[in-house]
Amino acid sequence: MDGWWTLSADELTAIKLSLLVATVAMMASLPFGLAISMLLARRDFWGKSVLNGIVHLPLVMPPVVTGYLLLITFGRKGPVGAFLDQHFGIVFSFRWTGAALACALMGFPLMVRAIRLSAESVDKRLEAAAGTLGASPIWVFLTITLPLIVPGITAGMILSFARSMGEFGATITFVSNIPGETQTLPSAIYTLTQVPGGDAGALRLTAISVIISMAALLLSELLARKAGRSLHAAT
Amino acid sequence: MIEVDVTHRLGAFTLDAKFAASGRLIALFGHSGSGKTSLINIIAGLIRPERGRVAINGTVLADTARGVFLPPHRRKLGTVFQEGRLFPHLSVRQNLLYGSWFAGTARDDANANLSRVAGLLGIEHLLSRYPSRLSGGEMQRVAIGRALLASPKLLLMDEPLASLDEPRKLEIMPYLERLRDEARIPIIYVSHSVAEVARLSDTLVILEAGKVRAVGPTIELMQRLDLIHAAGTGEAGALIEAVVESHDYAYGLTSLVSRAGTWRVPLLEAGQGKTVRMQIKARDVMIALEPPASVSALNVIPAVVAEIGPMDQPGVEIKLDCSGEALVARLTRYSVERLSIRVGTPVFAIVKSVSFDRDSLGAAWRDIRAADAGAGGV
Repeated sequence: MDGWWTLSADELTAIKLSLLVATVAMMASLPFGLAISMLLARRDFWGKSVLNGIVHLPLVMPPVVTGYLLLITFGRKGPVGAFLDQHFGIVFSFRWTGAALACALMGFPLMVRAIRLSAESVDKRLEAAAGTLGASPIWVFLTITLPLIVPGITAGMILSFARSMGEFGATITFVSNIPGETQTLPSAIYTLTQVPGGDAGALRLTAISVIISMAALLLSELLARKAGRSLHAAT
Repeated sequence: MIEVDVTHRLGAFTLDAKFAASGRLIALFGHSGSGKTSLINIIAGLIRPERGRVAINGTVLADTARGVFLPPHRRKLGTVFQEGRLFPHLSVRQNLLYGSWFAGTARDDANANLSRVAGLLGIEHLLSRYPSRLSGGEMQRVAIGRALLASPKLLLMDEPLASLDEPRKLEIMPYLERLRDEARIPIIYVSHSVAEVARLSDTLVILEAGKVRAVGPTIELMQRLDLIHAAGTGEAGALIEAVVESHDYAYGLTSLVSRAGTWRVPLLEAGQGKTVRMQIKARDVMIALEPPASVSALNVIPAVVAEIGPMDQPGVEIKLDCSGEALVARLTRYSVERLSIRVGTPVFAIVKSVSFDRDSLGAAWRDIRAADAGAGGV
């Protein structure tokens, strides 16, 4: 007989799915997160505070509200969802891609905050100096700004990943709780707590969840320290 | 040849500068708030002037009338900033090579230039370090090298010594002199220090409250009585270029010869026959009507009073003609009246040898021994 720690097939599927969803959500939101962070950190434009507010909405709204808004815009009958389905064959509703979209959105404000803070701390005079040495703005960004904000980007990615691993409300509202397709770790735990005799499974998944979260935290510490060392405490 | 004619407003301050100058090292001199940093930022392209034109050797960098504005990265000007601005995430070598990559220099050429410039600035031993491990003086030398290696047509220096303490300044001065004499790149040097300007520049642009007060050869402007107050009365004084005649190691003195006569100054690390430039501060010059019989000062130079400055202040500047060379003396009005000093009065200028400090004595031309001695002290 197997020990209590042996995972069932469904539980293993939920863990794999959660890792996939969180990774895809983190990677897919990175380009947008970087662009919007730079925009907010460096440019003054009309409607800046509105954009900032929209980016932060998922942080302050109830996750269920975010999930419901996703459902009515990205669902099969929603305006964006219908368009994507008809023209590109992309479907979010009740698919794992929808879970990734919900997670990406929920982690987005955390990612933007981390990158923006680090972009604001970059000395603009260094960028001006790079310009006088012949670097065009795009090269200044690639060779000066980007390397200097790597710690912020790392922190932002880890935060987004961790948020995705724990995302429950928006996901379950938008794409439901389908084992093997949209049942992520939190949804699986929730399901197990609702059935008689599910306690052992819920506990197993909870332990896994704690381990993954700790690993992400340690990794971010490690990367931050490494980035700090390569800058030799630049100040 | 650099031509500047710009107007630019910054809050309550208006920069309205027009000048044309050429030279190996053009100094933009003025007190803080005179607009010299804004001016160099306009030349570098970091500030877009509201009105005006900037051209270097005939190439127009900015001309608001024709809507021309070259961004900084297309100007091919190397800039050295007051705070160094080295890239913290790059090694000294990578910092130095940063500009040559954008200049399209071939790899082999870039490496050859790197070793040449590193040798010139005495930073070969620092190449693998990161900027946070450098002293202030080393940082500035790397910053100068980085600007040089971008193959600029002109080097802009914005108070490169202002953030350094006195010993560091003296450490870098010889490198700046070598740069001026060896690199075939003209330099525009912004400074508020009379000593730096006097020692380094051949052409001087004096800025006052956003306007150009005077432009011309440094030696000529430094002896003009009407400009003394622009320089600050404590620091002003004429420049003399003299040739090293002999060293007296026992007493620690060097004898120099110029048209005015023989000068004895504290021992210099310059070989015989070298030309040396020295600034003699007006407040260090005394005047006697007869040759003093027993006096401790070693420099007694016969002269004729050429010009007397405004007599409405307690201190009066007197310009002396010493066999064709000019000296400026600052006396009290009381002394001027008591000695009945008039234009044409024959006098003797007395300068104590110890009043020549290291700051005011520089090599007019390259001196390798002095430069190497400076490099060893890091």
